[in-house]
Amino acid sequence: MALSKERLGRYNPEKPQENRLTDLGPRHFWEFFPPVIKENYGTWAYHDILEPGVLAHVSDSGAKVYTVRCGAARFMTVEHVREICAIADQHCDGYVRFTTRNNIEFLVDSAEKLEALKKDLEGRKFAGGSYKFPIGGTGAGISNIVHTQGYIHCHTPATDASSMVKAVSDELFEYFKGMTLPAKLRVSMACCLNMCGAVHCSDIALLGYHRKPPIVDSEYISKLCEIPLAIAACPVGAISPDKTESGLKSVKIKGERCMFCGNCYTMCQALPLSDKEGDGVTILAGGKISNRISMPKFSKVVVPWLPNSFPRFPEVVENVKKIVEAYAKGANKYERVGDWAERIGWERFFEQCELEFTEHLIDDYRLAYDTWRTSTQFKFTDAAWALSKEAGGIE
Amino acid sequence: MAFEPVREMKKLNYDEMRIYSEAELKNYTEEELKSFKCKYEIPDLDELEKGPWPSFVSDTKQEALRRRKLSDDQMLIGRDVCEDMLGQLQTSFDEGETHWKHGGIVGVFGYGGGVIGRYSDLAEKYPSIAMFHTVRVNQPASKFYSTDFLKTICDMWEYRGSGMMNLHGSTGDLVLLGTTTEQLEPIFYELGHVLDTDIGGSGSNLRTPACCIGKARCEFACYDTQDLCYDLTQYYQDELHRPAFPYKFKFKFDGCPNGCVASIARSDMSFIGTWRDDIRIDQDAVKAYIAGDIVPNAGAHGKRDWGKFDINKEVISLCPTKCMSMEGDQLVIDNSECVRCMHCINTMPRALKPGLDTGITILLGAKAPILDGAQMATLMVPFMKAEAPYDNIKAFVERVWEFWMEEGKNRERLGELMQRVTLPKFIETIGLPPAPQMVKAPRANPYIFWKEEDVKGGWNRDINDYRSRHKR
Repeated sequence: MALSKERLGRYNPEKPQENRLTDLGPRHFWEFFPPVIKENYGTWAYHDILEPGVLAHVSDSGAKVYTVRCGAARFMTVEHVREICAIADQHCDGYVRFTTRNNIEFLVDSAEKLEALKKDLEGRKFAGGSYKFPIGGTGAGISNIVHTQGYIHCHTPATDASSMVKAVSDELFEYFKGMTLPAKLRVSMACCLNMCGAVHCSDIALLGYHRKPPIVDSEYISKLCEIPLAIAACPVGAISPDKTESGLKSVKIKGERCMFCGNCYTMCQALPLSDKEGDGVTILAGGKISNRISMPKFSKVVVPWLPNSFPRFPEVVENVKKIVEAYAKGANKYERVGDWAERIGWERFFEQCELEFTEHLIDDYRLAYDTWRTSTQFKFTDAAWALSKEAGGIE
Repeated sequence: MAFEPVREMKKLNYDEMRIYSEAELKNYTEEELKSFKCKYEIPDLDELEKGPWPSFVSDTKQEALRRRKLSDDQMLIGRDVCEDMLGQLQTSFDEGETHWKHGGIVGVFGYGGGVIGRYSDLAEKYPSIAMFHTVRVNQPASKFYSTDFLKTICDMWEYRGSGMMNLHGSTGDLVLLGTTTEQLEPIFYELGHVLDTDIGGSGSNLRTPACCIGKARCEFACYDTQDLCYDLTQYYQDELHRPAFPYKFKFKFDGCPNGCVASIARSDMSFIGTWRDDIRIDQDAVKAYIAGDIVPNAGAHGKRDWGKFDINKEVISLCPTKCMSMEGDQLVIDNSECVRCMHCINTMPRALKPGLDTGITILLGAKAPILDGAQMATLMVPFMKAEAPYDNIKAFVERVWEFWMEEGKNRERLGELMQRVTLPKFIETIGLPPAPQMVKAPRANPYIFWKEEDVKGGWNRDINDYRSRHKR
């Protein structure tokens, strides 16, 4: 059946229920598997990473499938998707796959096809000079940075996503193309703490954050919002009822109570938070979701705020590189960033990564006490001497 | 083995479905692309064309050029949509603030989700993105595609939308970014009638479920992640399309505890493959690893020299429960003490494999920080068989939903409800017995909320009786 070219296609606004198909659900996965996947489904015996970005899976029957993993911006146009399809048509019998981390995977069933595919992929560049299909993202390296919409499509961001991810990925490119780290390192990016990207368990998380309380659009709030819902949306009770001079119902904000979460703006568009000087980037580190060796863990805030320096975010890039390089140098084989930080101690983490420890990094929200150190076990770093001196303990 | 969809699917053949001819698909030259200039000054975006990582700006310019050269009757929304998007993005960089308005309730008839309304607040300056709604297309499980499907989506979307998309959004959908309100129903009809597929979830409903690659290409998968994902997605279509929940609800399916779709961090109900028998050991392959004949960790450490493989240092002493040892040249595992962390299996995949009596562990309540802080999912069901038609799993899902829909407040995620009512009360309500597996440690305070019926004689006491023994 051909796609319709009628302005309203198959939809008749006079009879909106006519021929309406609902609850079809997604197409079934089986039809999208290349033959080698269908034939060996559930019988894979083992795999090898032949080189960064190239996997070979071997089934019980001895059949092999080679996968070439390519980085991609998750934002892409139909023009790029058509090029992906042309490659898949030429090399992969018309099948292609995307990973959870927005990589593209091309699968072939022989070593000869693999070489031709790799050569083809490596030769393709955008007119601006960047690679269209960089091969990598496997093993003990850095895979694609998952991220959110940012200024391209979102109404609540505290920073932009695609530009920051491009800037950081350019700088971490050697780690995408190589497998020289102690273990995999996952970088994730979310442009506000709604975190549609759920970055809170990543080795390194980049998070857009506001620092100014909402502005109250007093003359309009009573028309645009349910005021009680806006008040109830605040987790710290910083919003209370108010009246404008003209007697309209409004709210007032206790700025010193605000933790800048933006939940009020989600509930009420008359309470915008975004601001050029206020908004910026928080870096968290040491989280993971794998159960390997240690349990999954949350990322911890290690850099409280950096400015939104569009388009290349040099301060963010510099701090991310500091963490990656210190980790690459210091961690044991198989140790994730969080495991490494816990083994050497967070005080040593800050020293090794050359990150400043400020009061912002000591938790003062709920359950904060769980993070206080209730032990005499610590390491002497410069921070310990500075503290001891300040307390009158040493000269 | 082969699977059947729940219904007959329409065959997909791009050549029968397409809108654009081959000539229209190649409607610009390399030279034209190289000399392409966006109609707005976008210096910060031009900068983002440099560097090795794929540039979304370069990609967008390709599509902008294509649209400039397509004839008027080959598109139904603004020709300049890509350039207007770039222009507004540059303005956002200049001003350090987004220019997308808050909200905008649009959708398709009968559904309460799957479409996100979006309007520019700079509509006069960038008219082609004045309306820029998103359509979430429910992705096929584990995101394999045929090019017939993708190419057809591309034609439909270039014709009826901006031609810009996400492969994929964070929840897992194939996201179509940017169209007008008028085109939402036509797009929905084309998706259903031509592509035989559906849109995904948004708002307070079941969000589009997502799974790892599972048995399609992974030796660790302990259950059919694709099949369970597809089955539950189909079974709960009503919950997916018609918001009836307190807030969003996410299912995610990881085939093993490595957790490649991060279900434990980002799903209200996390299904993670596991096993309850013994890890399978091939002792000859263990010897081959020790001898250095097989590269450990499937070659994940590439060419960096970490020294010769040392099974004691790299496997046995890193085991979190220390349940492994060498007895002579035999590797021995005390499986009763194993917590199935996957490290030994990941490190020596040719020698060790998960057991054969497999199923799932179910954890509940993960979410991002909004509102009371991020939560990871809490272990609820240690082991459940996961075999079609999955009636046991559906029964469990509904026990949880029943309580959440009854007790959950507006915009309260399951994890927050569990915290508010407390874990003891939550498990009592959904009918599960307490188990030490649910906690990292027992409580450190003795503030137990004893119930009256727990205490012999109840709470009603007579002060006179008390005073008969104790003077004031």
